[in-house]
Amino acid sequence: MLFKILYKDDFRTLIETAMKSVEVVAPKKVGSNARGKPIHHYLPVTSFEEIDLSYETTEYSAKTYFIPYLENLANYRFGDEDWEKEIQYRFEPRMILGLHACDISGLLRLDKVLIHDKFPSPYYIARRKNTLIVGIDHEPCEGGFCHALGTNVVSHGFDLFLTDLGDRYFTAIDSDRGYILLNKVLTHDVKEKDTKDYLDARRRISDAYTTHVNVHNLPNLLDIEFESDVWKKWGAKCLSCGSCAQVCPTCYCYGVSERVSMDWASGAKVKQLYSCNLVDFAQVAGGHNFRPEATTRLKYRYYHQHRGFVEIYDEPKCVGCNRCGRTCLAGINPPDIIGELQAEVRK
Amino acid sequence: MKYLGIAPARPKIGVFDFTGCEGCELQLANKEETLGPFLDAIDIVNFREVTTAQGDDYDIALIDGCISRGDEIERLKKIRQNAKVLVAVGSCASFGGVNRMKNVLDLAEANTEVYGKEFKETLYTRSIKEAVKVDLEIPGCPVSKAEVERIVQHLVWNVAFQFPNYPVCLECKQRFSTCRMEMGELCLGSITRGGCNAPCPAGGLGCWGCRGPAPAPNYKEFLALAERKGMDMQLLAERLNFFGGFEGVLK
Repeated sequence: MLFKILYKDDFRTLIETAMKSVEVVAPKKVGSNARGKPIHHYLPVTSFEEIDLSYETTEYSAKTYFIPYLENLANYRFGDEDWEKEIQYRFEPRMILGLHACDISGLLRLDKVLIHDKFPSPYYIARRKNTLIVGIDHEPCEGGFCHALGTNVVSHGFDLFLTDLGDRYFTAIDSDRGYILLNKVLTHDVKEKDTKDYLDARRRISDAYTTHVNVHNLPNLLDIEFESDVWKKWGAKCLSCGSCAQVCPTCYCYGVSERVSMDWASGAKVKQLYSCNLVDFAQVAGGHNFRPEATTRLKYRYYHQHRGFVEIYDEPKCVGCNRCGRTCLAGINPPDIIGELQAEVRK
Repeated sequence: MKYLGIAPARPKIGVFDFTGCEGCELQLANKEETLGPFLDAIDIVNFREVTTAQGDDYDIALIDGCISRGDEIERLKKIRQNAKVLVAVGSCASFGGVNRMKNVLDLAEANTEVYGKEFKETLYTRSIKEAVKVDLEIPGCPVSKAEVERIVQHLVWNVAFQFPNYPVCLECKQRFSTCRMEMGELCLGSITRGGCNAPCPAGGLGCWGCRGPAPAPNYKEFLALAERKGMDMQLLAERLNFFGGFEGVLK
């Protein structure tokens, strides 16, 4: 890894330069919740002032810029006897500024599924390759347990990654285009004091976590606790609304439907992200539903996150951002569920 | 115009209004950008908001409004006899709608309150299915024209239509709205049938439940969480009973 020191004035110049040539998406405050906490979204910005890099977390993950909730997979033009299909993979380049380590870890997991597995998605690849990622270190967010899953630090998956040292950023460079971008402004070599300040900053962040989740032996534990009352308790609370999967940075399940224009002349194959908690997720042709109970659906959601995904990709799908826990009206959250399952085996 | 080499059928449709604001009928005549093709795809033989034709030769009857008078039942029965397919359009037709609020009151008292001493006799509000057999209900106050278009396409193709099986939350999240409950406001989105594209929360108003219950709504948890979040339970009861789709959930 290559490291450089970037003073904040130069960083501002860098971002303002980037804004002239590409769309820049960054955390932006959109309001406050009932408890007075600020709500942030990743949104396109056109001035540096709109950006709030001190944000704690965002209501939605940034996955929408890679796997949109709704996406036209193909467009059709119908003639009287024939039809034409058009598929669009090309996307304008974009910069996402201010992603936290957990969200970059989320992209690395999506890469495993949508780039490196048996059925690469050209739609995802086009967006991923055309998106420049500038990540940033941050203080732990409320309920976040990324440190338990090792997703609070990243060593790849981005172009640049910043750690705030007061007047300057300790900047990690992980791509040639990140290096080229950084060369547009003045940077400095890392000195001994910079390294010390960086390591101090990392240690301070690492010591600040207040949510502790024990994920030791979790895949096996989930098998042992398959019939646990913990699932009945939390399953009874589930509203089957699918909000958890929408805000999750790594949930990628979807359905496809066809839309036809009212004049019958054109159509589209539309992909819509879905959720394993929705009532008909496991319903098959003929009407049989393999998971008609909310309890079973919630359990399988956790099994995919912390067991099934581990079997295939060697790490949990969950990155510990706790967006699902925050968005759930019923208060269903991974720290409580995993904590109660761990307590079960100690009884 | 053929579609995939097949000329679509052009079903004969009659639209009929009963007790209600006729807003759903107005919706049918709305969405100008596709109104021409919409009217080309069907053959309207009876629809007082868009044509002077008053034919009885229709395959599909769209019913707007609920039943609140005895003579309406007789008229509805005749329409049912004429139609091969009868569709209840809107929340009034589907569950009684706003009019259903009077069903918990004394009928004469309610009539006097609204119309004064010389009121017409009315009945307690009934949905269309409480009077005749209904083949399909399209909920919403008003109905979504985009959804009606999709349904009409399915009628034309003779392919079964499937409403979304998720609550309002899904589409609400998919348009990046901030949760109204998170803002401390009441919202029925998590128990209400989706498919409307969640316009109310996107506009800053919690869901009022006009589309009625989502499949398998978790009322027990919803009421418990509303109480935990300090929602006004009287307001919640009023909202649940506003469109008639959640009758009996909270008195």
